[in-house]
Amino acid sequence: MKNKIFWLTLCLAITTAVGAQNRYFTKTGHIDFYSHTSIEDIKAVNDQVTSFLDISTGDLVFSVLNRSFQFEKPLMQEHFNENYMESEKFPKSSFDGKIADLKGVDFNKPGKYPVKVTGKLVIHGVTRDIESAGTLTVEKDKIAGESVFAVIPEDYGIQIPAVVRQKFADTMTITVRMNYQLYTPKK
Amino acid sequence: MKLRTCLLLLIMIGTGATLEAQNLNDLLAEESTTGPQTVDALFKATRVINGHSVKQLQKGELDFRISHRFGRVNAGAYEFFGLDQSNIHLSLEYGLLKNLMVGIGRGTFEKTVDGFIRYNIANQHTGKGSFPLTISYLSTIETIGLKWSDPTRTNYFSSRLSFTQQLLLARKFSRLTLLLMPTFVHRNLVPSEVDQNDLFAMGVAGRYKLANRLALNCEYFYVLRPVPQRTSQKYYNPLAVGFDIETGGHVFQIMLTNSQGMREGGFIGKTTGSWLKGDIHLGFNISRVFTLDSKRK
Repeated sequence: MKNKIFWLTLCLAITTAVGAQNRYFTKTGHIDFYSHTSIEDIKAVNDQVTSFLDISTGDLVFSVLNRSFQFEKPLMQEHFNENYMESEKFPKSSFDGKIADLKGVDFNKPGKYPVKVTGKLVIHGVTRDIESAGTLTVEKDKIAGESVFAVIPEDYGIQIPAVVRQKFADTMTITVRMNYQLYTPKK
Repeated sequence: MKLRTCLLLLIMIGTGATLEAQNLNDLLAEESTTGPQTVDALFKATRVINGHSVKQLQKGELDFRISHRFGRVNAGAYEFFGLDQSNIHLSLEYGLLKNLMVGIGRGTFEKTVDGFIRYNIANQHTGKGSFPLTISYLSTIETIGLKWSDPTRTNYFSSRLSFTQQLLLARKFSRLTLLLMPTFVHRNLVPSEVDQNDLFAMGVAGRYKLANRLALNCEYFYVLRPVPQRTSQKYYNPLAVGFDIETGGHVFQIMLTNSQGMREGGFIGKTTGSWLKGDIHLGFNISRVFTLDSKRK
């Protein structure tokens, strides 16, 4: 009887431990967006991005509070939340997807690997399929991810009035930089 | 016995596997719980209409304001329904510290020069450690610049001064913001013996966001005066209704009001127009905000 309990516990311990080993996460991920025109540069930074990466399946998820984007000009930040992102109605932006070419990455061997990321991006309540190129840098117990891609505000139902449209570039350049650490579930 | 052990083992492995398969999105939701969030944009401009709002200029922001009131609409066609007359107030306001803004201004009404200081005491928060109200405190000083009515007697500069102390309590309910303003106005000199030097007033204001760049504003001050008024002139409580229209760095406010003054001493203490008699002024405020000092990179 004692023996049985031992085996059962061991089994459970192994399965959970194995499960946990696959998951990496961060709560201080970085996302910034940038728009350049001759009239005005718009730049906002967010260093409070939460993200999970499962290296066994390649699943990749992000979540970010729109209100935590920091702008250089306070008025710009207010306009971003009040008029464009409507942060009260849509507090979060998120991504749910995966690393499409996981086979090319050897998580046991430190190095820099190019990857392709595909999935669903949700901004301003609108979900769209996106695809982007990025890199994964594998270190011991750490994985760094980086990707740069472009987003068109109008694709996500964000209306920019004609009078101020020339202050915005046609596409916003979005840079994502994550430093993942091994995730240990809270007991 | 053996069989039962095997079954149990299978179940255990099964549960282990489901534990592992706990959705990444659930984990994400779990981990991305956030701390307190400040409720912002209770008002679009630093004024509701005539009176102050709780919208604070951030440190390093300069607001140039042009406020204009026309004459009374009941003045008739001869005065082009008030549009022939004009009454202006210009002001420069600046976010000195994170929670402190100051301003100076000059108005046509009684040729006043005024200054104010406003401190943001608390902000409405949601989430952990939430707080229900945004609270600010306003203190103003105004000097009347008109020539002395009787230059032959000894006139003191202090007689030109009046002071206002005001507490602003605001709460945003989604699209609606409500503001309560207990106010105290002290005038060093009043026109006659029967006028009060000290005035207590309770202000109520509201903003309703109609669209992303359009809001409806309303503002009323109940001024405590003895009934019936024995003052040298009949005074009314100021009531104003207007719209905020936002265009990039500008906020354009257009309103109807029964007061000519655009500062506390003027509109709370000396509103002589009556809505019922048609003593209504059309007016507008233009606010242009410049970021002079952007510390946030």
